Amino acid sequence: MNLLKPLLILIFAGSGSFFVLLAAVGLLRMPDLFTRMHPSSKAATLGTVLILIGTAIYFEDGAIAVRAVLICLFLFLTAPVASHIIARAGFLSGVPLAEETAIDELSDRYDLETHHLSCPPAGAEEE
Amino acid sequence: MTDHINLFLEIVLGLIALAALLGFVRLLRGPSLPDRVVAFDLLATLAVGISAVYSMAHDQPVFLDVAVVIALISFVGTVAFARYIEERLKG
Repeated sequence: MNLLKPLLILIFAGSGSFFVLLAAVGLLRMPDLFTRMHPSSKAATLGTVLILIGTAIYFEDGAIAVRAVLICLFLFLTAPVASHIIARAGFLSGVPLAEETAIDELSDRYDLETHHLSCPPAGAEEE
Repeated sequence: MTDHINLFLEIVLGLIALAALLGFVRLLRGPSLPDRVVAFDLLATLAVGISAVYSMAHDQPVFLDVAVVIALISFVGTVAFARYIEERLKG
């Protein structure tokens, strides 16, 4: 009786679903758009990749393992790009930051009209 | 042993469904459009996970192809939404 395979599936699928659930809780509980992106792009990707590793172990088939690895690679490629592009769109459309935000370095350096990023803050040159 | 694995996979499906429910709450509550797009992105990632677990629970590796397609399409959808949000500003 081979116990290793069920155990591995249990570990990978279980921890994957845990991380996915954690990502959803984070998405619901975080205070603003930019903090909500943390769970939805990192924890959800990690959880899904763990589940896919469990799937590759379950089927014990090379072709299916390659497919699972392909989805993993694709998620790792697209999740940062997608979250960055939404963060950019959200910042440019003026989504409010949370009250707890300590520093917003982009707000006084980035020109929303010309999309030009100035090196010193815009107010510093006048002094 | 297979029965135990199947029971466990059903529990995993339930957990992901719970996560999807929480994601839907954020999708409904907003408050801004980018928030909804983030929730939508999470739901697409969850759909990839659900089809992977479903392929295990029902022993049907074909569902992994569905996961590939969802992963591909959701990225395009997110980029399209982000472009829409940015272009809408120029109005």
